[in-house]
Amino acid sequence: MAARDTIRKKPKDTKGTFMRLLRYIGHYKWILMLVFALCFISNMLALLGPSMAGAAINEASAGAGKVNFDRVFYYARRMLFCYVCSSLITVSINIIMMYVSKWIAKGMRKDVFEKLMRMPVGYFDRNQAGDIISRVSYDIDVVSTCLATDVVQILTSLVTVAGSFSMMLYISPALAGVVVVTIPAAVIYVTKMRKITQPRFARRSKNYGIMNGFVEEMFSGQKTIMAYAYENRVAENFDRVNAAAANAYYDADYYGITMGPTVNSINNLGLSLIAVFGSFLYMGGRISLGQISSFVLYSRKFSGPINEIANITNELYSALAAAERVFGLLDEEEEPADREHAAELTEVKGNVELRNVSFGYEKSKTILHSLSLRADAGKLIAIVGPTGAGKTTIINLLMRFYDVDEGSILVENRDNRDYTRRSLRGAYAMVLQDTWVFRGTIFENIAYGKEGAARQEVVAAAKAAHIHSFIMRLPHGYETVISEDGGNISKGQKQLLTIARAMLYNARMLILDEATSNVDTSTERRIQKAMRELMKDKTCFVIAHRLSTIQNADHILVINHGDVVEQGNHESLMEQKGFYYRLYASQFE
Amino acid sequence: MKFILSYVKKYRAMVAVGMLIKLSAALAELLLPYVLEHLIDDVAPLQKSGLVLAWGIVMLLLVVYVRQANVKANRTAVGVAKRSIYEIRRDLFWKSVNLSGGQLDEFGLPSLNSRMTSDSYNLQSFIQSSQTMGIRAPILLFGGITITLTMDVGLAAILCIMAPILITAVVFVSMRGIPLYERVQKSVDDIVRIMRENITGIRVVKALSKEAYEMRRFGETNQEMASRDIKAGIIMALPGPIMTFLLNIGLTIVVVVGAYRVNGGVTQPGVILAFLTYFNMILMGVMGLNRIFMLMSKANASANRIAAVVNSQDELVPISAENAAKTTREEYIVFEHVNFSYGKPEHSEGLETDALERFDGLERQKCLEDIDFAVKKGGSLGIIGATGCGKTTIINLLMRFYDADEGHIFIDGKDVRSYDRDELHRLFGVVFQNDVIFADSLKENISFGRDVPEENLVDAAGDAMAREFIENYEDTYDHKAVVRGANLSGGQRQRVLIARALAAAPRILVLDDSSSALDYKTDAALRRAIREHHADTTTIIIAQRISSIMSLDDIIMLDEGKIIGHGTHEELLQDCTMYQEIYRTQMGNL
Repeated sequence: MAARDTIRKKPKDTKGTFMRLLRYIGHYKWILMLVFALCFISNMLALLGPSMAGAAINEASAGAGKVNFDRVFYYARRMLFCYVCSSLITVSINIIMMYVSKWIAKGMRKDVFEKLMRMPVGYFDRNQAGDIISRVSYDIDVVSTCLATDVVQILTSLVTVAGSFSMMLYISPALAGVVVVTIPAAVIYVTKMRKITQPRFARRSKNYGIMNGFVEEMFSGQKTIMAYAYENRVAENFDRVNAAAANAYYDADYYGITMGPTVNSINNLGLSLIAVFGSFLYMGGRISLGQISSFVLYSRKFSGPINEIANITNELYSALAAAERVFGLLDEEEEPADREHAAELTEVKGNVELRNVSFGYEKSKTILHSLSLRADAGKLIAIVGPTGAGKTTIINLLMRFYDVDEGSILVENRDNRDYTRRSLRGAYAMVLQDTWVFRGTIFENIAYGKEGAARQEVVAAAKAAHIHSFIMRLPHGYETVISEDGGNISKGQKQLLTIARAMLYNARMLILDEATSNVDTSTERRIQKAMRELMKDKTCFVIAHRLSTIQNADHILVINHGDVVEQGNHESLMEQKGFYYRLYASQFE
Repeated sequence: MKFILSYVKKYRAMVAVGMLIKLSAALAELLLPYVLEHLIDDVAPLQKSGLVLAWGIVMLLLVVYVRQANVKANRTAVGVAKRSIYEIRRDLFWKSVNLSGGQLDEFGLPSLNSRMTSDSYNLQSFIQSSQTMGIRAPILLFGGITITLTMDVGLAAILCIMAPILITAVVFVSMRGIPLYERVQKSVDDIVRIMRENITGIRVVKALSKEAYEMRRFGETNQEMASRDIKAGIIMALPGPIMTFLLNIGLTIVVVVGAYRVNGGVTQPGVILAFLTYFNMILMGVMGLNRIFMLMSKANASANRIAAVVNSQDELVPISAENAAKTTREEYIVFEHVNFSYGKPEHSEGLETDALERFDGLERQKCLEDIDFAVKKGGSLGIIGATGCGKTTIINLLMRFYDADEGHIFIDGKDVRSYDRDELHRLFGVVFQNDVIFADSLKENISFGRDVPEENLVDAAGDAMAREFIENYEDTYDHKAVVRGANLSGGQRQRVLIARALAAAPRILVLDDSSSALDYKTDAALRRAIREHHADTTTIIIAQRISSIMSLDDIIMLDEGKIIGHGTHEELLQDCTMYQEIYRTQMGNL
């Protein structure tokens, strides 16, 4: 996978992250102990195999007619036993580790997701969705793959290297000297090469990233590109990006691809040395043919771990870096707990008051300055003003997506921070400009706010939102599955669905943030009656572009640059001939 | 496979040379154990150190040769892969940006993206590895078997029986694994989707206190993913141990049978030793073949997906003048009784089932019905109507992103289908709904590959009310926009887009719902600027707000693909009830 090539930064706090990862793994410590033990046994058995084979061959080398078959069978049986047990144990280790690593991954994903659900809305405003998602889908995968394969691999390598080396020493200390030459040579070579290849592979991934980004951007604007006959210029640009990616690939793999043959040649070199020195030793009568053959087999076992050194260190580092990113997310500050003795907001009439509220997303940049506002039960409060004036901020504070810096918001004459968030938020129904649907049936999407809603209720809400006939024209009616990116349903229709959702939810207070911005005027006109029905007897906070929709508001707040520049009802504001008047008049120009 | 070959064919000389080098290296490598056996069995008992050394040097030379040859061949392979993939991506990209609207709908953007990225990556890996491993693996396997046959037919027979069993077992298991991984991938997609849904909808989730519900929903998918992942992982972890297992059984048999043969005087003990080495080699050969096999099935699937785009028929090619329709009407833009609907079945080649379903039922309804209107040169037309009533479709047909099913469209008396595509598009300055700003300087975003003189650029920005904010930047027109213009506000984006549309003094200006993020004052100033500075330009404005179109010469009121009102603002206010009602909701009382 391309992603697998990415060479990430080294983890900042290697030790801390490692310890923390260990704690995660700690749940499975008994299983892991078992795996360690099995791993040791299986490798020792695999190591004993060649010596049994050597012994059997030794017995067989007695020459024609002189072979002691009892002894041959004796060793052959042992050899088979060693190999068979070792293979069986290896399979079970693989299976156990697969379970452990995937369970750990599952646990991490669960922790991350539940953490996200406890995070304040501000976190999602500050961080990109793609980045958060890559931690769950990619980083956790890296960690889990590393656990599943690398841990076993390291263990196996250690046992194999130590085991075969001692076996080799046992057979012939002199011949073992060869290995003392080849292993350091391989290690030095691999570390040296890593220094050369690592930055090149990093550049390779970077160039792929650039190319992918470019392609995605251009494809999304394909229609525009065609409309302006811009294809040639775009193709020229792509050619540059494409060539850069191809060259970076060539540059990295030009060096990377020498690694295998070279390490292999070092192993082969070892083999040649063993052959020559072995022959000398044999001539000196200090070693038997069978011993040389086991020695060769052991030396072959070395090649595996050496080949893997580079890969494993790389993967280990990237796994630690990935784990660090995951832990970083888990350490983020959560939405503070409800206050002690926080009350349930049950008897909602709809009285809301903002008292000298000041707020800024960043401490240094205050957006609302000492704002006061009173909304009595059943009143319609409209908030107007140019984009970026702070209208949506008021909604964020009412819903306690953020808490005020100074002043307070009173609901039913009590500070809204003295209620549980759940009950406070439950008192509002909300339709936002950014329509949100999830992958699920239309029915589920409308009934989202009201678990166990009956079919008739949902249909009634859909009818009120004028989306029923559209739904019925879909292939599966209310059971049609729609999705977030919603290729199968337009933005306006999605907004109607969210309006239906709010209608079904039926709370005492209502927030409409550009609720009909994606609905065309003809449809808006049709649902106006339903909207009025929805708003009836409720305290409503309405943000709207189209001033005609809010003319009958009880109270209009005109906001500019975070300050209320004017307030009053439509008539009084028109008389002032101020900011509101100019906004209003520009509609007719 | 044919598709990949068509690109690699060009480099067949390079491939052939590389393969030959590789072949020699593989053969040399096969010789190594042979020499080893000779050294120990025949040379060592002679007790001649000089001879042993000489053979040792032969081995050394072989080792060096094998390394050099492999490196050389591998580098050639990388070179071939680099060049072919560069060309594949170039062709794929070119084809993708030139797809017709209908084709674009079929393939879908995410799919085109993944064809360009992960599919092309798969091909690259395959082109490289098939060369680096494609020779070595079979040589190791069959060479190993052949050499052992020459050494001792009896012992080699054991290998010949084991090898097919091995290959079958490994390939069988690996094949089972591939579909399992596809299921894992689907689970990954589900996980990502739920995450994304919750991140984008966090306000709704929190407002409705659905956190626990979402955790449950995520938990189910998470569980499913873990169990699929484990299943696939186990299957894929099996071939290695199975292979060693079978091989070691073979080894034991070789030792035992070998002992009998030594006893019978038909073989040397050194042969058994060499056999053990060849066994290892054969093992590597089988592993290599298995990897190539896996890569190949992956690459094949990817190649098919890429080929579906690259080999797709060019659609909407200009038709000849004889076949073009004629009209007697003199207006600049003419629609004659046009009918149209999206998603026709003839586009089903290479289609994803997702896309098919998307078109099912929904878009099949007739999108435009008997659309008939004309705009005079330099005139202006407003189109208003509900979402999905076909406003944008009119533009799609006018610019020939799609062809009409029935009826004809003319620009300047000429059938749009007979225009050369670029020639047709050069007539237009257009801002689409949700149009894109590219990650480039504002200047490039406005001039957009056309040679727009500096002063025209500034004029266009001025007319689009973009001058003030652009010139407030320190680097003015060189200011960089990021991807999708995320560093600009909605209103600023629209103004840059409008400047783009005006920059090359187009014959026809099309604004599709492109002033919705402008406040009323800016919108009004924009319309004034168009009226004054682009008097010759024929203008079509699609809008939701009546105020944006009420001053135009002519207005069409669309409803469900049909024209239900046509005339000036005043005429529509008198005749068209729907228009009246919209006016009332937007503007208050009459």
